[in-house]
Amino acid sequence: MSNLLEVRDLSVRAGGKEILHGVNLSIREGDVGVLMGPNAAGKSALLKTIMGDPRYEIVRGSILFNGVKINDLKPYERVKLGIALAFQNPPRIGIKLGYFIDKLSEEFGSNADSVIDELGIRQLVGRELFHGFSGGEMKKTELFITLLQRPRLALLDEPDSGVDIDSLSVIASMINRLIDAGSSVLLVTHTGHILRYLRRLDVIHVMINGKIVYSGDPSIMEKILRYGYEKFEKYGVVESGRAIK
Amino acid sequence: MRSLRSTEWSKVEGRLNNLLRNAKEALRKRAPYGPDIDLEEFNFEEEGDVENEPVESLPPDLRKAGEAVGIDVNERRVSGTYLQIDGRVLRSTVLKWLRERGLIVAPISEALRKFNWLKDYYWSAIPVDQDKYTAAAEVFRQHGYFIYVPPNVKIEIPVQTCLLMSCHRGAQAVHNIIIADENSELNLITGCATTANRGLHIGVSEFFVKRGARVTFTMIHGWAPEFHVRPRAAVVVEEGGTFVNYYINMHSVKSLQMLPTVIEHRNACSYLTTIVLGRGSAFMDVGGRIIFRGENARGEITSRSVIRDSAKVIMRGQLIAEAQKVRGHLECRGLLLSDSAEAEAIPSLKSKFNDVELTHEAALGRISEEEMIYLMMKGFNEDEATALLVRGFIDAGLQHLPESLRFAAISTLEMAARMAKG
Repeated sequence: MSNLLEVRDLSVRAGGKEILHGVNLSIREGDVGVLMGPNAAGKSALLKTIMGDPRYEIVRGSILFNGVKINDLKPYERVKLGIALAFQNPPRIGIKLGYFIDKLSEEFGSNADSVIDELGIRQLVGRELFHGFSGGEMKKTELFITLLQRPRLALLDEPDSGVDIDSLSVIASMINRLIDAGSSVLLVTHTGHILRYLRRLDVIHVMINGKIVYSGDPSIMEKILRYGYEKFEKYGVVESGRAIK
Repeated sequence: MRSLRSTEWSKVEGRLNNLLRNAKEALRKRAPYGPDIDLEEFNFEEEGDVENEPVESLPPDLRKAGEAVGIDVNERRVSGTYLQIDGRVLRSTVLKWLRERGLIVAPISEALRKFNWLKDYYWSAIPVDQDKYTAAAEVFRQHGYFIYVPPNVKIEIPVQTCLLMSCHRGAQAVHNIIIADENSELNLITGCATTANRGLHIGVSEFFVKRGARVTFTMIHGWAPEFHVRPRAAVVVEEGGTFVNYYINMHSVKSLQMLPTVIEHRNACSYLTTIVLGRGSAFMDVGGRIIFRGENARGEITSRSVIRDSAKVIMRGQLIAEAQKVRGHLECRGLLLSDSAEAEAIPSLKSKFNDVELTHEAALGRISEEEMIYLMMKGFNEDEATALLVRGFIDAGLQHLPESLRFAAISTLEMAARMAKG
């Protein structure tokens, strides 16, 4: 399979300092990948840079989507190519959810009305986006919006943080829906709890201090969760694809 | 309806003569707010004929202007229509079954001749000499509409009134009286629009919401860049009555100044919402005032302004408690879309009573970077994102609007959202 997304030697500045240092990462068409790493490793920054957030400045390297360099594209142009990002903490938006859903459906030619009930967010459609939403409601809504975008590549930033166990399985079923629809997925998770609900997992990337230190077989996860990132970095391998010592 | 004995009649005649004399004396009286307009710059036409033409027969340009402010030209969604162009009444009609139930929609000139009791209401809520604009409405008398809903008659299907202007440098001065009798219900939509570039519109509206009645009044304005607009409205809400008002203006205007006043009696309730888009070099001074005269009265004033180019919008809100146990809230929000746009919020709360709750919040600002980036990362470009946020911003003020009136407002809001970026 060819690479849908390829991040090459990517260094990024934000808030006056470099936060990503020569990141290499690739996602194949249809891949389900997970990006793990400790707090402040740069996971969210990487996703936002891929999406074109203007607050993240690329100082070196390139991002290729479907073989085309997208470094200079506006975020909405990247969306048009088929990239979507579900935010970890979306800001409050002064637009009613119902109206936003209508606009997205119109924009992407999608219809997912039945999913609203599956997610249990029907009661939110008359409210302004994320205003007073609980953690679970926020995550479900972001995932629903991502579904409406019908992406080729879905970047999901911690869809499982701060949600209860019941919401977790609902959220996972939405991610499975994306996978079934053929979307490639790159999912950021801290705890990894959500992974056991997923249809499949093809690859794991580990990011520490703004660098990808491991990309490869997901079976490594067990060891990460057992030993922690610090030991993984100290005693593990920094070359891609090799198992932990 | 009441009839007048001859002794009372002479008193009424005397009162009408006094009104005209007071009005003439006030023709140069400046209004406290808004730029002063020289009335002599505009032509007040003679009061014209009353005809009865279908709305569809309007010339295409006027028809289009009317549609842009929510007028249902096919009259399929309305229970009655009043249509006036400049000083001429083109149509005033109600559905037969509602006419049989006592609903009246008529030119005020005709109604005053027909119903002597109406003269008791005429200029009873607004002083004729309040300012030169109220005075002009009396002196130049160019019709206006009268609407009456009998007791216990609830009319959900809206009545529409439409005031159009087509003469360049013309002035239209109308006087409207709306009476919703006890426990009745009225939904009224007014659309005002023009095909001329320069003009003056004065609309005096006196509302009487009787005990337990409910009136929802939606007014949508569509003027032109050289128009001056001076609506003058006063509302008396009797015990347990409800008055809901939406004022929406998304078109260009040279200057607009209005401060509708609601007087609420015991257990009465009112919501006043103003939604305006300031464009070009427009000057707008809008808002509302609620005087709580009876215990347990409640009220809310909401203003939402979107301001671009070098327009200036002042949002006034006044809540005045004249009785115990009243509750009122005032909210003014302005969204500035350009560096030379200007907004000012002037909230005012007044009470001499200890057991009242009057609150206000005001906020002026720009679209936040966070919101903008979020929307761009969901696939919308800068203009589309701005339009969405503007639409959302003004939509938030429409919560009390009944479903049957939304069609008129929503199309206007969609247009506003599109125009927000120019």
